Amino acid sequence: MIEVRHLTKQFGHHLAVNDISFSVEKREILAFLGPNGAGKSTTMRMITGFFPPTGGTVIIDGNDIRTDSLAARQKMGYLPENAPVYPDMRVTAYLNFCAEIRGLTGRSRRDRVAETLERCFLTHVRDQTVSTLSKGYKQRVCFAQSILHDPDYLILDEPTDGLDPNQKHEVRQMIREMSPSKAIIFSTHILDEVETVCSRAIIIADGKVVADDTPGGLKRRSSLHGTILLTAAGPLPDDICPYFEKITGVSQVAIVDTEQGRFTLRIFPDDPETSCINRILTAANWKNIDILSVSVEEGRLDEVFRQITADPEDA
Amino acid sequence: MHPKGNFVRILWAIMKRELAGYFGSPVAYVFLVIFLLLSGFFTFYLSRFFEAGQADLQGFFQWHPWLFMFLVPAVAMRLWAEERRLGTLELLFTFPVTPTEAILGKFLAAWCFIGIALFLTFPLVLTTLYLGSPDLGVTFCAYVGSFLMAGVFLSVGSMTSALTRSQVVSFILAVVICLFLILAGFPPIIQMFSGWAPLWLVDGVASISVITHFAAISRGVLDLRDILYYLSVMGFMIVVNGVILQNRESA
Ligand SMILES: Nc1ncnc2c1ncn2[C@@H]1O[C@H](COP(=O)(O)OP(=O)(O)OP(=O)(O)O)[C@@H](O)[C@H]1O
Ligand SMILES: [Mg+2]
Repeated sequence: MIEVRHLTKQFGHHLAVNDISFSVEKREILAFLGPNGAGKSTTMRMITGFFPPTGGTVIIDGNDIRTDSLAARQKMGYLPENAPVYPDMRVTAYLNFCAEIRGLTGRSRRDRVAETLERCFLTHVRDQTVSTLSKGYKQRVCFAQSILHDPDYLILDEPTDGLDPNQKHEVRQMIREMSPSKAIIFSTHILDEVETVCSRAIIIADGKVVADDTPGGLKRRSSLHGTILLTAAGPLPDDICPYFEKITGVSQVAIVDTEQGRFTLRIFPDDPETSCINRILTAANWKNIDILSVSVEEGRLDEVFRQITADPEDA
Repeated sequence: MHPKGNFVRILWAIMKRELAGYFGSPVAYVFLVIFLLLSGFFTFYLSRFFEAGQADLQGFFQWHPWLFMFLVPAVAMRLWAEERRLGTLELLFTFPVTPTEAILGKFLAAWCFIGIALFLTFPLVLTTLYLGSPDLGVTFCAYVGSFLMAGVFLSVGSMTSALTRSQVVSFILAVVICLFLILAGFPPIIQMFSGWAPLWLVDGVASISVITHFAAISRGVLDLRDILYYLSVMGFMIVVNGVILQNRESA
């Protein structure tokens, strides 16, 4: 388990990380979200022991990163932001070096490096110098380094940054596959990733945790959660909004779109968790509305993200 | 901390990587060529090796402090500044590696590299053997002294390299400190002090100079105190190096 306890980091007068606490168990995939400069990377640097915290500490599987740093670092794999890799080394030589540092030797090292090369789709560039690789390949080499020793704890700072859509998909897949035996923290600016990969998300703004929830829970905070989108053919009938608003359970109706002989309404229910679709459909039939599609909005993470992080003063 | 076997293993892994880095880049060969050319130039033109009519290498070694003053900081400047600039320091220091292992590994690799450069001057020794019968013991001592002096300059360069992300700044700082270490024992400087300063101060300033100790060793006198001097300056610089790296606020 990774336990982050009251972690604080001050740079001069600037409080970059302000009393962050949370813990991550094995089998959990935690996404770290937040605007630029929120303190995500700084927190990860403290978790991995690169920055000494100004206050608080991190316990990795019982080992305090401040007092028992070596044992804690042994159990972690870390992909830093911007994937720093020695540019003058060849890919295999670099991974061999990392493996040696991690204590892998002889045959087990060779096997492990070959296996990781294959897993990260690097086999065909294994003899290339890192400085001649494209950005995405560098990212993959650094990612390979982080999983090389099969660590129990993985800290990934924007692991899919700079990867093509196929590789993004592969990395997400890999993170999900590794999950049963590991606790994984990764930061990202891609909100789709949160829904497809992680089991929990923490949003950081201004160095503080402002939300700690499952992706579903976050989406429920959206003002659009539970609203019904209804698209129908024909011109927009007069008085359609008041007509629908009379239905029990409907609080408000808004016109989203009217174009090319069709219109779209957004219907806000009184309670997002109780459906009033049946009543809406019946009412629409009474009015002979030619319905093309109906859908229930789950809520959108980008909207929630903006709502939570945009104006901390308002919250 | 981890057992001793790990210390050696990690030290060796870091050294190997560094040395491979030296020989994988043209900088190393440029350095070797410049070092050999300059030492040849100094020995044959400025010290008039052939005209002196003596089969010894004084004329070769006397230039080493000045050669090393520039060349060793050039080797050392990238040690840490480059890691910081590239961000690779972040990975190195989140690996299960102690700062001692990292610093010593890098330092020893660079020292080996300079040792190789020194070794490549062996044709000069062969020349003296051909010309006459030099005292090989003295030559050996001079090599040891030269190697130790290079180590001192290297520890200075490694320390200044940890201070900054800029190799140029690191180089200039190291050259200035090395120059001070050389000049402190230079007769004009000593005389400048000896007029008014108490004797202990004159001796103190003179004794932190590499020149004083190097002169003794290169005459063939391997005194334990001289060796201790070199090792303690190196030790001091390496400890400062560690303190700087541990207290860095940024990458
Ligand atoms: N070494 C440093 N010295 C001074 N300030 C720093 C240092 N590192 C980070 N900061 C500051 O700390 C704050 C948090 O930075 P951090 O890199 O953690 O943000 P982030 O959440 O990772 O942002 P991004 O999404 O852009 O990666 C920023 O205001 C940054 O300027
Ligand atoms: Mg960041």
